[in-house]
Amino acid sequence: MKAFTYERPATVQDAAKLAAERPNAKFIAGGTNLLDLMKLQIETPATLIDVNRLPLDAIEATQDGGLRIGALVRNSDLAADHRVRKDYAVLAKALLAGASGQLRNKATTAGNLLQRTRCYYFYDTAMPCNKREPGSGCSAIGGFNRIMAVVGASESCIATNPSDMNVAMRALDATVETMDRNGQSRTIPIADFHRLPGDTPQIETDLRKGEIITAVTLPKPVAGAHVYRKVRDRASYAFATVSVAAVIAQAEGGKPRAARLAFGGLAHKPWRVAEAEDALVRTGSADAAADAVLAGARGYGANDFKIPLTRRTLRAVVAQATRA
Amino acid sequence: MEMNQPIGRTPLDDRPDGLVGRPLDRVEGPLKVTGHAPYAYETRALKDPAYGFIVPATVAAGTIRAIDAEAARRAPGTILVLTHENVPEQGEKKEQVWPQLQGTEVKFYGQPVAFVVAETFEQARAAAMLVTVRYDAAKPKALLKDNMAAAFEPKPINSPPDSKLGDFEAAFAAAPVKLDVEYTTPPQIHAQMEPHATIASWEGDGVVLYTANQMPNRGQKALGSVLKLPPEKVRIVSPYIGGGFGAKLQAQPEATLAILASKVIGRPVKVALTRQQEFHVATHRSDTIQRIRLGADPDGRLSAISHESWSDTAEGDGFFETAANVTRSLYAAPNRVTRHRLVNLNMPIASSMRAPGEAVGQLAFECAMDELAEQLKVDPIELRVRNEPAEDPEKKVPFSTRQLVPCMREGARLFGWDKRQAPGSRREGNWLVGMGMSAAARLNPLMPSAAKVRLGPDGVLVVRMAMTDPGTGTYTILTQIAGEMLGLSPDRVRVEMGDTDFPFAAGSGGSFGAGSSGSALYVACDNLRQALLKAGDLNPDGATFRDGAVTSGNRTESLTDLAGSGLEASGEIKPGEMKQKFSQYSYGAHFAEVGVDADTGEIRLRRMLGVFTGGRILNAKTARSQAIGGMTFGVGAALMEDAVVDPRYGFFVNHDLAEYHVPVHADVPAIDAVFLPELDDKANPLKSKGLGELGICGAGASLANAIYNATGIRLREYPLTLDKVLKGFEEQEGQAQRRT
Repeated sequence: MKAFTYERPATVQDAAKLAAERPNAKFIAGGTNLLDLMKLQIETPATLIDVNRLPLDAIEATQDGGLRIGALVRNSDLAADHRVRKDYAVLAKALLAGASGQLRNKATTAGNLLQRTRCYYFYDTAMPCNKREPGSGCSAIGGFNRIMAVVGASESCIATNPSDMNVAMRALDATVETMDRNGQSRTIPIADFHRLPGDTPQIETDLRKGEIITAVTLPKPVAGAHVYRKVRDRASYAFATVSVAAVIAQAEGGKPRAARLAFGGLAHKPWRVAEAEDALVRTGSADAAADAVLAGARGYGANDFKIPLTRRTLRAVVAQATRA
Repeated sequence: MEMNQPIGRTPLDDRPDGLVGRPLDRVEGPLKVTGHAPYAYETRALKDPAYGFIVPATVAAGTIRAIDAEAARRAPGTILVLTHENVPEQGEKKEQVWPQLQGTEVKFYGQPVAFVVAETFEQARAAAMLVTVRYDAAKPKALLKDNMAAAFEPKPINSPPDSKLGDFEAAFAAAPVKLDVEYTTPPQIHAQMEPHATIASWEGDGVVLYTANQMPNRGQKALGSVLKLPPEKVRIVSPYIGGGFGAKLQAQPEATLAILASKVIGRPVKVALTRQQEFHVATHRSDTIQRIRLGADPDGRLSAISHESWSDTAEGDGFFETAANVTRSLYAAPNRVTRHRLVNLNMPIASSMRAPGEAVGQLAFECAMDELAEQLKVDPIELRVRNEPAEDPEKKVPFSTRQLVPCMREGARLFGWDKRQAPGSRREGNWLVGMGMSAAARLNPLMPSAAKVRLGPDGVLVVRMAMTDPGTGTYTILTQIAGEMLGLSPDRVRVEMGDTDFPFAAGSGGSFGAGSSGSALYVACDNLRQALLKAGDLNPDGATFRDGAVTSGNRTESLTDLAGSGLEASGEIKPGEMKQKFSQYSYGAHFAEVGVDADTGEIRLRRMLGVFTGGRILNAKTARSQAIGGMTFGVGAALMEDAVVDPRYGFFVNHDLAEYHVPVHADVPAIDAVFLPELDDKANPLKSKGLGELGICGAGASLANAIYNATGIRLREYPLTLDKVLKGFEEQEGQAQRRT
């Protein structure tokens, strides 16, 4: 771990200011990912800005019937909130499918949005990795890539976003609220928040320097069966091989009337394809939806299985949602 | 005492209600849970230590061109940077303990190439990351399967690499029923909770190490060789060990480096491996490729057995995984071959991990038996019963005890084996459900050990030996043995262990820990009994020791009175003729029920039972813990444990516990272990047999066989993960489509 300066600003704007002014500054909240990365010198911030005492830990109803979740709301608290459980069950389920009880107690909503990939090669500083060291190459291509992306990847990077929460947030069309050094707010639709790797895999989100996440807002609840299906290599405490966040409303006769489908484990960002949802509603066929989700998909060897697995998991999820 | 004949009746037979066997809680448990049992890294016995951090090689093969340690030397707090250029002179490699920082050759990824010592841990780690090493890297030989042509016959480890009886080839060719299958098992990591850790300090011309070492006396010798010191000048102190599973049978590089650095700076040096370093700097279990051929008659009687195994280790090392050893003894057949071959790779050093040999050998062989049963349409238990040998089929000596068949029968009854259905025919909702079983067998060795006991004027018996307790329960069972032998309650027995200043002990490994150390203690206690009787001038015939007193005839004397200012005795155990005259194994049978998700191929254990025999059970609770712990290892081996090699770089890609999966609580639901009554009077004076490794032996195979029973898919490449099941599903679906 490299030596760093520690700051604990009193206001949100002060935090943003510090982050804008200091070179190589990072916010720290739960630290469940950042501290590990610092110990391995994958992250080497010069300044750590502790935001834990900022007043960003409330969950409040919005005027248009949605829910505004403070950036510092812990994953455990968010999953346990009765409004989340009742109206946004897919989010509660996704949160509880992630990490362990201890980690969820520390991990925050904004921190989870910024969780970094679990790519094995990203975690070993002896290995080439364009995300960690731009221009050094991608070891996962041609290497062991069981947990890597099958859609939206590039020649530079095939890493995935490991978060469960993000997948549900994507299905729910959340928006990310930020504040900059001047106290200006901005909202970023979740669809635009995470980026595909392209040739700059080191840039993972749409956040600008000095911008601090203040909240994540959910629009008013979406009717339908809420399902989060996480397929994993052990029964708990494992990242998803593939996950599906689905909200499916049924018409008479069980046919889907409206559907939202977002996927984890497939790409550098939560994967949601409008054509897939249309296809499901139009044809009632999970396979038709899977075709759209997996358009252009390719495996890299050890992750080839994700392609059939996505199809099979989607079938199971649609069956479960339309049975429910 | 030398085990040259069966032991006969002993004081432990006199008291069915005695201390031995009771499910006594761990006597050191309160110390551990309240933080009063210092592990190696935490000891405060050595003052003012400096902190070391290892710089491991980041290439798997090649040479060091240059090391630039200037930035590290200038970093805040740095005291010393050791490299091959300034490392003190060392002696000879012994066993798998290698001199460190020798020359510029890199043999494997993770080989230490520099060692940084600083005032604090954080400074040492930060400075270590400033060391730049330039390599002339060579293309590594990294995969066993790509280097089979270089396989050679290794030097024996305890027994020869090959065995042969009758004419296998002819019998196999002539057999009406044949099986010829290949199984593979991946490299595995011990993943013990406490990482390797040492604090070393020089005192005069000798060195003392507070370290995590399962076998301190063995460690003394090996480190003595590397340091050019007589073994007695190396004192190893290892009273508490946070799990070992074989990873701590020998000193790992951190111990040697701490000693060398401590000598240079004249101050204690402490160092622990990071979790990531555990994968490469320390040892692992080799992967194996195993070919099994079985020839049988239509009734399932085996005429020919062949079990061949290939494994690998680092260049310059000779350790091989003795996967086929147990096959020499388990089932009857007149014609048999076992064969081990080894390949040297540019990969880290392979060594013992819980039940080296049996653990992976039975993962393969017990599935092959299931395959044969399926082929013959015979119940898998029945197939094993039909091949039950009357004597050890290769050694041609009787078994000391062998209750494999009762274990299988009792397990079948308790588990509800009769409800097992045809493969792929039981479905509950989305789950395909199946049952599988496997046999378990593990060699029961006895090793030389000694113990000293002293009954003090306070009435407390102090036991001393260089034995260890890596979480197995040694403190507790030794307390029970001493307490019962002398009629003392557990609070009047204090066991002191893990110090090479104490009498020699075999240590914890190879399932011989409890039997060997317990027997030495038994003999010492027996000698103390005689000394007490003599002190009181009491008739030894019919003397009974209970409640702190001895009664002989109509006299009862308090032990404290008899001990006066203190009375001491020692005892020793050695293996003897019983080892040659009898084949000694612990046995068991595993039963598993798994569910396989019909959509995703996810495999989840639903319940598991092990029925075992291990001679006299010394503590019902710690024995059960050992058994279910071993079974849990088996669950991991079957379903998830896999240190994946990237052949381009020659390293284990997933080198942390986020991506090297071991079972978590949710993976281990209802799991139970049952012991059948047994006494083995050929094994040792306690009539006990080893249990530390029996639980893992064969355990994973019962899951593999259950997966077959659930799905009709036979998987032969461990671990059995959902992607492999999906391939099976797709083949089944393809076949179904072609039929329609």
